[in-house]
Amino acid sequence: METLHFAFDGGTAPAPFAPTLVGVVASGNLEVLVEPSPDTGCRIDVDTSARGFGAVWEAVLRDFHERHGIAGLSIAIHDMGATPAVVSLRLDQVIAAIQGVTP
Amino acid sequence: MHSFAEMSARERLAALVDAGSFHEWLPPSERVTSPHLAQLGVPAAFDDGVAIGRATLAGRAVFVAAQEGGFMGGGVGEVHGAKLVGLLRRALRDRPDAVLVLAESGGVRLHEANAGLIAVSEVMRALLDVRAAGIATVMLIGGANGCFGGMGIVARCADTVVMSDIARHAMSGPEVIESAHGAGEFDSRDRALVWRTTGGKHRWLCGDCDVLVDDDAAAFRDAAIAALDAQRPLTLEALQQESALLQARADLDDDNADAFVLWSRLGVPDARAVPDLDADALRPLRPAAVAALARGGA
Repeated sequence: METLHFAFDGGTAPAPFAPTLVGVVASGNLEVLVEPSPDTGCRIDVDTSARGFGAVWEAVLRDFHERHGIAGLSIAIHDMGATPAVVSLRLDQVIAAIQGVTP
Repeated sequence: MHSFAEMSARERLAALVDAGSFHEWLPPSERVTSPHLAQLGVPAAFDDGVAIGRATLAGRAVFVAAQEGGFMGGGVGEVHGAKLVGLLRRALRDRPDAVLVLAESGGVRLHEANAGLIAVSEVMRALLDVRAAGIATVMLIGGANGCFGGMGIVARCADTVVMSDIARHAMSGPEVIESAHGAGEFDSRDRALVWRTTGGKHRWLCGDCDVLVDDDAAAFRDAAIAALDAQRPLTLEALQQESALLQARADLDDDNADAFVLWSRLGVPDARAVPDLDADALRPLRPAAVAALARGGA
């Protein structure tokens, strides 16, 4: 297992929301827990079963932050070998969930 | 139709109880996770693979638990088991109308074997305490992984077992039997064999499950509502009667014959046709010899 930490600055805070979970820790899948944070940026902590993919996580998470431009979030990820596309979809899902959008 | 087997545990919960009524205890944000998995370098799950809480079902108060089969095969670890036990003990105090368990588990989580084994035995004791207190206990088995090992035993401790025709319920799983006794005894890659030996249709025909439904979330909800008032007496006399029926059934199968043969001996007409029948067609075929084993079948 590898534990990674990321922080991205900038963006605007979403409307108040409760902690929200999407996905499950299953083969090729991941769970994403998003919680409100007093920070101005977006903090993302990752536990992943696949070692050595820090650069890919950095690229996928930076892309997520740039697409949504959201701040004031703390995101925790438990990953069991999900592909980058699945990670991006789960992150989009969790943003839709805290904005009350039914996918 | 909405496939129960294809849903996640949380999706099943949401579909089963009254809309929006689920209140979770120890939700993911509490981070009550397995201490063992971290030591082994395996990612944990924020809920340790089980969601527990209270809800209403057709307006009545129930406690519910849902196991996530995707996480460690639904294996029962120390925290996972403690959440189930805590839910059951709280039921003794708060007295809901029923405790519903949406089971999907391979049994004890092997990463934390001793703690998991103890946890499963505590779940059994707690479930029997709840049942003895007159609170209905209902096992709903509809996940793709089935209900095996210690959770297979837990299921049979409940008042009511509901299964879909594609669900499975047994003690040892197919790979475990093959590992111990060889492929000649049980070929775990023979899926038709696996399903006719552990599947919902077999459990229905043998009297091991009380309600057989289609793989449909609405069918599971209807069955759960019907089970709210379905209780079996937990008395010495009732257990002795059940034991005698099980012995009579075992005597029919003293040569460990294939399920097809057992169904025929139990009195199922045209046993070879069973795998092709849907739940509606199969339900009337339950033999009288085992009907008394199942709730409402006597």
